[in-house]
Amino acid sequence: MRTKNNTLFPADLVKESLKQSFVKLSPRALIKNPVMFTVELGTIVMLIVTLRTLFTGDQSQGSFGYNLTVFMVLLLTVLFGNFAEAIAEARGKAQAESLRKTREETPAKKILAVGEIFTDEIKVVSSSQLKKGDLFVCEAGDIIPADGEIVKGLASIDESAITGESAPVIREAGGDKSSVVGGTKVLSDRIVVSVTTEAGESFLDKMIALVEGATRQKTPNEIALTILLASFTLVFIIVCVTLKPFADYANTPITIAAFISLFVCLIPTTIGGLLSAIGIAGMDRALRANVITKSGKAVETAGDVDVLLLDKTGTITIGNRKATNFYPANGYSEAEFIRISALSSLADDTPEGKSIVELAGKDIVSRLSPDGGTMVKFTAETRSSGINLADGTRIRKGAYDAIRNLSRHEGQPFPPETEAKVKEISGNGGTPLVVAVNNKIMGVIELQDIIKPGIQERFERLRKMGVKTVMVTGDNPLTAKYIAEKAGVDDFIAEAKPEDKMRYIKKEQHEGRLVAMMGDGTNDAPALAQADVGVAMNSGTQAAKEAGNMVDLDNDPTKLIEIVEIGKQLLMTRGTLTTFSIANDVAKYFAIVPALFILSIPALQGINIMQLHSPETAVLSAVIFNAIIIPLLIPLALKGVTYRPVGASALLRRNLLIYGLGGVIVPFIGIKLIDIVVALFF
Amino acid sequence: MNTELLGVIATYALTLIIAIPLGRYIAKVFKGEKTWMDFLAPLERLIYRISGINPKEEMNWKQHLKALLTINLIWFVYGFFLLIFQDKLPLNPDGNPAQTPDLAFNTVISFLVNCNLQHYSGESGLTYLTQLFVITFLQFLSAATGIAALIVVFKALKDKTVTQLGNFWEFFVKTNTRLLLPVCLVIALILSFNGTPASYAGKDAIVTMQGDTVGVSRGPAASMIAIKHLGTNGGGWFGANSIHPLENPNYLTNMTEAIAQTIIPVAMIFALGFFIRRKKFAYVIFGVMTAGMLLLLIPTIIQETGGNPAIARMGILQSTGAMEGKEVRFGPTATAYWSTITTIISTGSINGFHDSTMPLTGMMQLVAMMTNCFYGGCGVGILNYFVFIIIAVFISGLMVGRTPEFMGHKVEAREVKIAALVALLHPFLILAGTALSSFAVAHGWGAGWATPPGNWLNNPGYHGFSEMLYEYTSAAANNGSGFEGLTDNNIFWNVSTGFVLILSRFLPIIGPVAIAGLLAQKKYIPGSAGTLKTDTATFGVMTFAVIVIIAALAFFPSLALGPIAEYFSLY
Repeated sequence: MRTKNNTLFPADLVKESLKQSFVKLSPRALIKNPVMFTVELGTIVMLIVTLRTLFTGDQSQGSFGYNLTVFMVLLLTVLFGNFAEAIAEARGKAQAESLRKTREETPAKKILAVGEIFTDEIKVVSSSQLKKGDLFVCEAGDIIPADGEIVKGLASIDESAITGESAPVIREAGGDKSSVVGGTKVLSDRIVVSVTTEAGESFLDKMIALVEGATRQKTPNEIALTILLASFTLVFIIVCVTLKPFADYANTPITIAAFISLFVCLIPTTIGGLLSAIGIAGMDRALRANVITKSGKAVETAGDVDVLLLDKTGTITIGNRKATNFYPANGYSEAEFIRISALSSLADDTPEGKSIVELAGKDIVSRLSPDGGTMVKFTAETRSSGINLADGTRIRKGAYDAIRNLSRHEGQPFPPETEAKVKEISGNGGTPLVVAVNNKIMGVIELQDIIKPGIQERFERLRKMGVKTVMVTGDNPLTAKYIAEKAGVDDFIAEAKPEDKMRYIKKEQHEGRLVAMMGDGTNDAPALAQADVGVAMNSGTQAAKEAGNMVDLDNDPTKLIEIVEIGKQLLMTRGTLTTFSIANDVAKYFAIVPALFILSIPALQGINIMQLHSPETAVLSAVIFNAIIIPLLIPLALKGVTYRPVGASALLRRNLLIYGLGGVIVPFIGIKLIDIVVALFF
Repeated sequence: MNTELLGVIATYALTLIIAIPLGRYIAKVFKGEKTWMDFLAPLERLIYRISGINPKEEMNWKQHLKALLTINLIWFVYGFFLLIFQDKLPLNPDGNPAQTPDLAFNTVISFLVNCNLQHYSGESGLTYLTQLFVITFLQFLSAATGIAALIVVFKALKDKTVTQLGNFWEFFVKTNTRLLLPVCLVIALILSFNGTPASYAGKDAIVTMQGDTVGVSRGPAASMIAIKHLGTNGGGWFGANSIHPLENPNYLTNMTEAIAQTIIPVAMIFALGFFIRRKKFAYVIFGVMTAGMLLLLIPTIIQETGGNPAIARMGILQSTGAMEGKEVRFGPTATAYWSTITTIISTGSINGFHDSTMPLTGMMQLVAMMTNCFYGGCGVGILNYFVFIIIAVFISGLMVGRTPEFMGHKVEAREVKIAALVALLHPFLILAGTALSSFAVAHGWGAGWATPPGNWLNNPGYHGFSEMLYEYTSAAANNGSGFEGLTDNNIFWNVSTGFVLILSRFLPIIGPVAIAGLLAQKKYIPGSAGTLKTDTATFGVMTFAVIVIIAALAFFPSLALGPIAEYFSLY
């Protein structure tokens, strides 16, 4: 079983991260982060200055203790930044590892092949030896050794190791429920599975690689922000370098420690130190929501989504439609109608079919015998299903227009009372299922959808976020409209075929909107690939999973909503911490600038508005504040700034107040407090 | 409320009353809609025919910039040769000599870039021919260059996805025929009826009360002084600029000139709103710029009317405020107002000596040029502001949880890079220049020069530092005013400010035009409730904060060593 780690800093991860903080001091690793790289350069210079003070005894650059303290604080600043990145990596990795652990080294019953032809021989090998395209067998009690697709058989499978859901699921060859996940357990029956991923190439492996430094690539937005931060750094390099001749002009000697401190305080170290941690934490939060992302960019894109395509069933309504009423017509008795309806549904294992049998009741069903009858499966073309009995009777049930066409074809009239009933049912959001015997209309069965509790509030939330929700359903437009209105979605696609979804996505994209959708079937794959954010259900086919850019382990269709919020949180955390970091500069200026000049220009005491104790304590307080703000903000970077769907302007106002104005005020207080403490030592 | 203050309020109110309809008119002209000035169309067609221009030919942003830079280069060569041969050319009744090549180089660049730093005195350094055909000519064209570049940006912001942004030559010609020339005509008439000379005769002579005979320079000045302000140029006909009684004879001309330099920058903001049909967006920009102006203006007025404590300590009553370097006919309040607008807008003309203003006033003048986007110069003010908008959009876009977008176009790494570089350039040029000169002064560098650094500063200490800082700030902001205590007419200052001038003019035009062009090419994203609104007060506050942090904070240490130190030692 997977354990969710809810503490931010588990002890074992902290230990590993501490070690990594030092490993990451390597300039080669740090150069990717221009802000922290310059801090490291400053630290090295301070080390040299400190050593020089120690060995030559030259006090012109300040005392040894003062220089050493500045050096230590700068080193800590870099370490804190590294630690933030390391702990984010460690958490992401731990999360992914715990998922992966479930699928390590299980025995696999591999079907041996001679050349291209599979034999009947079975050999037990380790799961790591399985290759893409291999076949293996799983029987009741076996752990499935690798991700794959069932090629033969049907089985009930316990997927709780991955999804945490204890109810077993049925997986069978063919269709959209053919995919199995390594690490899950077969509870009954026997299946033959074809391996779809090489060992080490599963989505989880890819995800772990994404979290780790080596293959992690900056997203376009991260690159743009890094450029902005680098240019801020450049501005302050200019400010600090030009300050030297200014000070010479004013006959004010400035120590190297003060120069470097001023520089480090002014450049955006806070966001620089936390930037990569924020990105990793975003992917990690997705993983904690049981969503595997194939790239960091996918999470960011999710935050931008304008249109959300949601399947009605399972997302907006609970499970499936249920039969609620039988309305006979053409003079048939109710009992006869129920008998025929149940008969047509006996072999029908769709949820609707089952609910008809259920509604008919055990008494009637037990007396039915469809012996010799052949089941006619539902197809998208006929949009009806039924049974051909041994005596030649053809029972069909299906959509209103499909059955009407059938009966009209035979010259049979469509009873007006049924027509009226059909409209009534549709108008109430139900689905009418018309039943015909030998193309003569017998009556109509009412199916009703049950809208999930709380879904209206979620859609309201999405609307405030600026996301348009679109319900996709196979229902007729009337039913679809009713449910759409009741659930509060903005638009719907009724009688949807896979092409309709695709067309809708393309239309929205053409108008410049970003579209997210969730899907599981192979016929969803093109749409999943076309959508900007395509979330495939883990239970879906391999094709669907390859096409999408995220995989949801829970197979939960409402997950899209969460994913959008995770994306928004990620971007917001970047924005707010950048604002905070830059706003801090105001206070730091007021701490350090007077400290630089006050000895030679006593008049500048006027801008020492914090009344800091001495130039040394002022400089130290500023750099100490600058350093400790990084670890203090790590929890925020990891958890993300809370997203509130209150509209963009209100959100901006709120974040500007907290992180902008707060960013101006907090360091004034912080630096003053630190100065009081530091003054005890200097 | 005292009369002086009412005068300033009336001046500003009149500016707005003129600027709003003017903005609507400008938008109409460049949208190609009918205006009552359409009778000028045949004249424009004639200009197009003579120049071989097809005004219907659409250009993308790169072609616009190519046209802009090419024509500027040609004017540079043209102006340079006219100046070095001016003594041999007609219209030189006072027999003034030719400019030396280095002075001509400096002069022509300075006017080409709309800066108008003057290292000569108009009375003796130029002839009537070069005053008209180099100086006045470039004053029209540099203003039109900035406005035409801004129109390109307007075009890019107007439509959803475009690559073709109209014809540069058409924008340029129309700016002159439909905007600058007609308005200048009105201003020049007001000035000449109030005593500004408009004559081709040479020096006049007067006998002073002491009995001395003094030659009084004159010339066709009124027309030049009109465009000097309307085009936010600032270079005066006379050496003393608008302090000179013939350049700015009375309070009415003072108001006229103050209004003239403000109307186009303000009108362009409203024109933006009318042009792209987002009036609220324009109001927010106007609000932020006006707030910036007031934050600079109010302390300036308080400082100047409060008088100088050093003089007060001598027991001298200063009932009218600090009068050093000011004209009695204008008074300290009107001079304070002028000093603020002439520095926020890149005019740089003066009606009182900035070097003599109070330390904090000097700082306000510096900060005005350091931000350089509260109204700003003709066209370029909004271009500068646009760069800050892009940075503000980027940060605040993230803060609302979306990848940033502006007017329906995604702001990505490339745009951020350009915006950051342009924003960076301004502090770089100012600080690096000042650092170079401070180094020279502090280390006795260049002692063998004709004017050694030791002789540059008439005021040592903090004020001397401010003088150097002001010179580079003025050059980088393409402003042209100066703390005249600095001895700037020598090779070091000519060359170094010359480079600053070119870089700080063209890069901040190229950058915003490129950003707008790049954005306009991108796919249009329709807005939703989650989209950042750029026409709200909140976004205005954000932009203001970005301007303050980038443009003002970078200068805090230098301001501390200059005006702030001077202020605290004085009080």
